[in-house]
Amino acid sequence: MKTVIKMREMSDNQEGIIKKISTTGEMGRRIREMGVVPDTWIQIQGRAPLKDPVAIKIRDYILTLRNNEADHILVEIDEPG
Amino acid sequence: MEREITIALSGNPNSGKTTVFNAITGARQQIANYPGVTVEKKFGHIRHKDSDIEVVDLPGTYSLTAYSLEEIVARDFLVNERPDLVVDIVDASNLDRNLYLAVQFMELGIPLIIALNMVDVAESRDIIIDHRQLSALLEVPVIPMVARSNKGIQELLDKAVEITGNDPQWRPAVISYGMDIDQGLNKIEAIIKTSKVYDRKYPARWRALKCLEGDSQIKELLKRDPDLGEKIDGICRKIFKHIMDTLEEEPEGIIADHRYGYITGITKKTVKRKIESRLNLSDKIDRVLTNRIIGPLIMMALLYSIYVFTFSASEAPVIWFEAFFDLLKRATVSVIPEGNLQSLIVSGVIDGVGGVLGFVPLIMFMFFSIAIMEDSGYMARVAYMLDRVLRWFGLHGNSVMPLVISGGISGGCAVPGVMAARTLRDPKERIATILVVPFMNCGAKLPVYAVLIAAFFVEHKARMLFILTLLSWAFALFAAKIIRSTVLKGPKTPFVMELPPYRLPTLKGLLIHTWERTWQYIKKAGTVILGFSIILWLMMTFPGPSVEQSNFFGDQRKQLERSFLTSPDVRKLVKDEKDLAELNGLYNSYVQAMKKNDTALLDNLSTRPLSFLVRTVFFLESGKFSGQEADGNHLNAAARYINYLREMIDTDVREQQAALKGTIAGWIGQRLETITRPLGFDYRTNIALVGGFAAKEVVISTMGTAYSLGVVDPDEPGSLSERLRNDPGWDPLLAFTLIIFTMLYVPCIITVIMIRKESSWSWAGFSIVFNLVVAYLVSLVIRQGGLFLGLGV
Repeated sequence: MKTVIKMREMSDNQEGIIKKISTTGEMGRRIREMGVVPDTWIQIQGRAPLKDPVAIKIRDYILTLRNNEADHILVEIDEPG
Repeated sequence: MEREITIALSGNPNSGKTTVFNAITGARQQIANYPGVTVEKKFGHIRHKDSDIEVVDLPGTYSLTAYSLEEIVARDFLVNERPDLVVDIVDASNLDRNLYLAVQFMELGIPLIIALNMVDVAESRDIIIDHRQLSALLEVPVIPMVARSNKGIQELLDKAVEITGNDPQWRPAVISYGMDIDQGLNKIEAIIKTSKVYDRKYPARWRALKCLEGDSQIKELLKRDPDLGEKIDGICRKIFKHIMDTLEEEPEGIIADHRYGYITGITKKTVKRKIESRLNLSDKIDRVLTNRIIGPLIMMALLYSIYVFTFSASEAPVIWFEAFFDLLKRATVSVIPEGNLQSLIVSGVIDGVGGVLGFVPLIMFMFFSIAIMEDSGYMARVAYMLDRVLRWFGLHGNSVMPLVISGGISGGCAVPGVMAARTLRDPKERIATILVVPFMNCGAKLPVYAVLIAAFFVEHKARMLFILTLLSWAFALFAAKIIRSTVLKGPKTPFVMELPPYRLPTLKGLLIHTWERTWQYIKKAGTVILGFSIILWLMMTFPGPSVEQSNFFGDQRKQLERSFLTSPDVRKLVKDEKDLAELNGLYNSYVQAMKKNDTALLDNLSTRPLSFLVRTVFFLESGKFSGQEADGNHLNAAARYINYLREMIDTDVREQQAALKGTIAGWIGQRLETITRPLGFDYRTNIALVGGFAAKEVVISTMGTAYSLGVVDPDEPGSLSERLRNDPGWDPLLAFTLIIFTMLYVPCIITVIMIRKESSWSWAGFSIVFNLVVAYLVSLVIRQGGLFLGLGV
């Protein structure tokens, strides 16, 4: 079953498809120009020692974002069970 | 036919742009700044197939908006200088995101070649790109290459010469951004084309697109035609509202989404890849290096080893530099007679310039280490791991390196530290970092700590140094917090950062990086520091003692001489001034000969008339005696001579002290007493602190003079420590206050100049005032709080 959650809530190594970016202004622009746009596949690569920032695999490279930035990215995942 | 071509080199950070630039231009590179900004402009000239090619390296960017300095610089260069061609370096192993910038060049319409770099890396990851089809679909020439091993460079230059030979026109690409935006674009484009006011620099369609994206720079330009500007603005607002209502997005976001849609459509047709389920090598390395537990430990170990490497590797060259300047000083002393000119050249020019050049080996090794960290991709990981901590203080993950270099582990130097802050992209975070790095315990502060610790805290030496290291971190971080919530208030910038794949740095790249930065340091600091060190020398020398003062000490010396010569025991052996001069000379030679154990010279000296007296003096001074026993007359004369020598030295010291007090620095030191009295500093400490502005270790040598010790060698401060311990005006609390004051007060001149070079005069001035205020307030609390609690007095 598919469900949409915030990127912050994803667990390590989980993958999903970006559905929406709910932020504008500088943050929205910076995120988008790095290729974070709807319908893109991503996978959580890991988190820094203090659990923030988060590193994701996207479009053949690794991107890091802070948790408060990841809050604005909605991702569709396969819900287990 | 002879032709001149200008090529602008562009590309994402980490796309290998610098490698391509180095491969094309080799060592023939020049560095300047873009007019009015601190962004570096690198360029080089080469000849290729009868063409003179100027290659300009644009700043690495991900996009072409008007929001970052680098992007504005790149854009302005393209539009104003109109280079014949843009070469966009694209990382083949990361094609989608790299093409985002390429698409924006296509929108602008400037003649373009895509240099598809690192195709070998892509292939090793099973990413196979059909570059011919890619070229056909984009309608842009695509040259596959591996810049690291020089593959494809000649083909790229061939193509560049070929294309520019046809005198290409700017042709903006038409990309669809969805019906609503496309219609709006057409409308605005048509309006712009009717205007007689707008210049033709920017293509009309691109201008329309930027207007819809809300680009402030272009919107401002459109206002030059008030009627049309108003009309266009109205259309933009209407489209903005419509898009927000229907799609709940700003047009800017929709445009970005469509650009990526366009790219994905093309790469689907041109890139064959195996589904990447396995971890590549870089991912595996990251599993270890950014691991939650061992990651930070490895990072600490690496940072520490860089520090050890830099300081141990530069130890020998630093000594060679010192020896060289020492030799130069001695040569100067032997050529130029004693006096102000000699002092100016030795203390002003050689010490000043030597001070700057003395840092060169240190800076070279430091930048070499940083270049390894950067080129390998590890620096981005350090920022990633520490961002959470530094963010709380208003700094950024990338601030850690400047802090460590400046003395995060005691013994660094703020000069390369300030320069290392360049890796920070956000100006506010960068300036905040630059402003707090001088609080760290640099190598020049250590001798000051050493003297004061030896005098008052000798039994807690190691603990004291550790506490001082922690304190400097605390002060720097909290100062950053204060700065970021007052003068540099602003939102935290997003930490949207790429973790580039690990790469083995090339030696050529490392050496070019290192040399470039070292040379800049020499050039920038070298020119200004000469002037400043001369000014400081003037302050510590002039106006100097008055004639009466000189006469007073001259008279005193004569009087000492007379009373020595007139005493009965002496008169029998030393008859007049000529004999006394002979005695002085002989005694000096004898002391030297004894030190070197030169028996031939000693034998030679013992034939001279006054040698027996000299030996007796030496015996009384040192307890070493050779030859026959001295009679009463000789013993008495020798004792008087020793007394005479002591009083003469005492007079010299008092004259030096008086001279120092009579200089501008001395005047300042005395005037400052009103302010520094609550801290417990008298004019002597103040003079030393004024001198410390040149370099912190000067505090010690100046205190030596001020505390009547003559010249104090900062490396052998034992006597000054003893003097301070026994001085009734000093106590452990005062020593601790001075340590903290030294830690925090003004950065040394070289650092201030580097701050100015990396930011502006006003920030350099702010840095001086801010540090002084912080130092004063903190020291005041320590001194007065300590006195109130009765601690350490």
